[in-house]
Amino acid sequence: MSALQRLFKFNGGVKPAYNKDASTGLPIAVAPMPKQLVIPLHQSIGGPPRPLVVAGERVLKGQRIGGADGNVSSAVHASTSGTVLAVEMRLMPHTSGLSAMCVVIEPDGRDEWIPRQAFDYRNATPAQSREYLRDAGVVGLGGAVFPSHLKLNAGKTGKLDSLVLNGAECEPFITCDDVLMRERPKALIDGAVIMREMLCAGEVLIGIEDNKPEAIAAMEAAAAVANAAAGEEIYKVVSVPTRYPAGGAKQLIRVLTGIEVPHGERSTDYGVQCFNVGTAYAIYEAIALGQPLISRIVTVAGNVGQARNYEVLFGTPMKDLTALCGPLPDSDRIIMGGPMMGFLMPGDEVPVVKATNCVLVGSRALFPPPPPEMPCIRCGECAKACPSDLQPFEMYWFSRAKIFGKAQEYHLFDCIECGCCAYVCPSRIPLVDYYRFAKSEIWARETDKEAADVARERYEFRLLREEREKQEKAAKLAAKTAAGREKAAAALAEAEKPATTPEEEAKHALISAALERARAQKEQAHPENTVDLTPEQQAEIAAIEARRAEIREMAKPHVRQDD
Amino acid sequence: MLRVLLALLPGIAAYVWFFGAAILVQIALASVTALAAEAVMLKLRGKPLMMYLGDGSALVTAWLVALTFPPIAPWWLTVIGVLAAIVIAKHLYGGLGQNPFNPAMVAFALMIVAYPSLMSQWPAAGFTEFTPQLNAIFGARQLDAITMATPLDALRTALHTADARATVAGVLGSNATFGNIGGKGWEWVAAGYFLGGLYLLQQRIITWHMPVAFLATLLLVSGGFALFDGTRFVGPSFHLFTGGAMLGAFFIVTDPVSGCTTPRGKLFFAAGIALLTWIIRTFGAYPDGIAFAVLLMNIAAPLIDMYTQPPVFGHKVKRGDSR
Repeated sequence: MSALQRLFKFNGGVKPAYNKDASTGLPIAVAPMPKQLVIPLHQSIGGPPRPLVVAGERVLKGQRIGGADGNVSSAVHASTSGTVLAVEMRLMPHTSGLSAMCVVIEPDGRDEWIPRQAFDYRNATPAQSREYLRDAGVVGLGGAVFPSHLKLNAGKTGKLDSLVLNGAECEPFITCDDVLMRERPKALIDGAVIMREMLCAGEVLIGIEDNKPEAIAAMEAAAAVANAAAGEEIYKVVSVPTRYPAGGAKQLIRVLTGIEVPHGERSTDYGVQCFNVGTAYAIYEAIALGQPLISRIVTVAGNVGQARNYEVLFGTPMKDLTALCGPLPDSDRIIMGGPMMGFLMPGDEVPVVKATNCVLVGSRALFPPPPPEMPCIRCGECAKACPSDLQPFEMYWFSRAKIFGKAQEYHLFDCIECGCCAYVCPSRIPLVDYYRFAKSEIWARETDKEAADVARERYEFRLLREEREKQEKAAKLAAKTAAGREKAAAALAEAEKPATTPEEEAKHALISAALERARAQKEQAHPENTVDLTPEQQAEIAAIEARRAEIREMAKPHVRQDD
Repeated sequence: MLRVLLALLPGIAAYVWFFGAAILVQIALASVTALAAEAVMLKLRGKPLMMYLGDGSALVTAWLVALTFPPIAPWWLTVIGVLAAIVIAKHLYGGLGQNPFNPAMVAFALMIVAYPSLMSQWPAAGFTEFTPQLNAIFGARQLDAITMATPLDALRTALHTADARATVAGVLGSNATFGNIGGKGWEWVAAGYFLGGLYLLQQRIITWHMPVAFLATLLLVSGGFALFDGTRFVGPSFHLFTGGAMLGAFFIVTDPVSGCTTPRGKLFFAAGIALLTWIIRTFGAYPDGIAFAVLLMNIAAPLIDMYTQPPVFGHKVKRGDSR
């Protein structure tokens, strides 16, 4: 059936060594329970969830420990039953080495679930379904961890043409989607059924790179069952050419439907929405089984004895995971994600989170340090490789020169950071690092500008308010004095012009005499300090003047010479 | 960069065959000068020496200077030319990747303005004796016996200065400088460069845009004018196979640093060079126009690049049109 699907192409892309076979030989294994789970509260795009538990509290498996902060956020749950040891700052799985709020749980070994029951999404409003998924902590598992409930929205038109499930998995080493599709195709398709109904979508296109024939076969079998049940050909498994980054959401949408979704616009406005296959599985678990997202499939690969995929509870330290695969002695780093888009971890104790699709163990031999960076000669190889049709070298020049406005004019924010440009660069320039730097600088400046705007507005408002208060005060005062004057005038009239008393006249005379004296003193003016001098002082002044004249005389010829 | 040098070899082989081994002396001279100048400049600028010397860019510049200068030019002419290219045109602008002008063409333009007569003395085809050539380069210059004007120069001079009845056909037929299609001997050198250019294309070091746009424009313009008045304007085959046309099309115009980078920009850039080259060759006073044409278009390259950006993903169609 995949042969009938018309495919489109995206420009650029590269074909790196895939290195996937090592981790697909064995079935998915369940990673053993670690001694401690460190569960970061902020595991998705959006607002950081607020902690719902305190130290010492007993929690059950699947119990919400972090509540979604508003709609653009996603809940976090306890991965197993046990005791909360602490709610504190811990090192995050991020290159920066920064810490964030985590809930530390000591498992009690009983793995006791909260009461679970399926969610009847068919009899719920779309808003209720979305709220349920938000509180079930379902986010995009392709790596971007965007809250899924926000994407399960049919958009302006109210219905979609295509729901795209992304099983391309183009990043080298990573096979978690591959094995998921091989081993759990039925559940995955069940997830797709739910999503399709929520989105009112027409067809469901499941795009898989053609280097995963087993996954394609398994998914096709499951899709055939679903199609038979539906009575029409809705679920289509499409084999797409293997070319990095075919698994980029926009690239896959382009390949499957021919639609190019511009940066900053919603794909639903173009009648299409794209989810990772892992997300479809998570939605199935949340809705059909009533299980919130507490674990995921993680590929452990790279410099290890036996690469394999594990079902891992969130909060499991990465070192526990790599220990299962026997890291080779020369291992010196852990990368979260693949070699193209992955992030270097600040240590091996950081926990597995929802964004962790792969824990890649590296060594100098496996990922040798890049040769020294050479200058850009504008050869244009990067532009040829760019799947977003950008001019990476121009963005590089402007980012490096910190001319961020120009970099933005060259569509810096259309960059998906896939790393194709850096991969092909003959001068080995780490181009993506420059773009990330420029983006963060631009964001920082925008934040600063917003803060400054707010401060300015506040200040201007304060000035305005003060001015208004002043005017109000003045008006009040004026009203008061006017009233007072009237009162005084009335009182005066009542007194019927009483003659000035002799005492008052004497007072007036005194005042005018004083004023006269003051005026006379003023007219005397300020005396200079050179008047009223003693003869000795005058002689001294004369001597000083003479010396000054002498010095002036001495200085003259020098000045002339200098001229 | 080393593959670029490799691609120049067929042209150099033809060069040696028809014009003697002097060019090899010039290439050696230029290479040594370029590497020394590069090393000194890198040292002064505090850059790692071996990393940059090893990139081969100085050698490519040196070879292009040597190949565009007369092979029997005195040694100091080549040395000064290479120094101008490496020190002024390259390093004073910030080194590799930063130069707005093609270094080899800066050298050529500078020297042809400063020493027009020395830059116009070219060996006659077939005169391959080494000793007099070596003398010409390093000492006693007794040139009359071995030099003659380049075919382009000879044609223009004949057309411009001779009586009004001189025609292209008449000039071409009367002078030993001219071969079957281009300049005598030069047509084979050009063929060698063409071969090397195909290798560069096959190796994906250059894209087709610039050579095709350059050669096609030169062909169309010269062909059009030759059709319009064949007695005053020489035809395209002559233009394509004389002077620096082939070397320019594949090795000079294609310099990525100083040229355009967008695909459409490359077409405009190379076409502009071809047009200017034809104008300078036909109406100007210099033996070849490529150097000036390249420098002029170098100035325009950033502007062309800015206006020829390909549409970004998702911006090709207006919203709503895609459905």
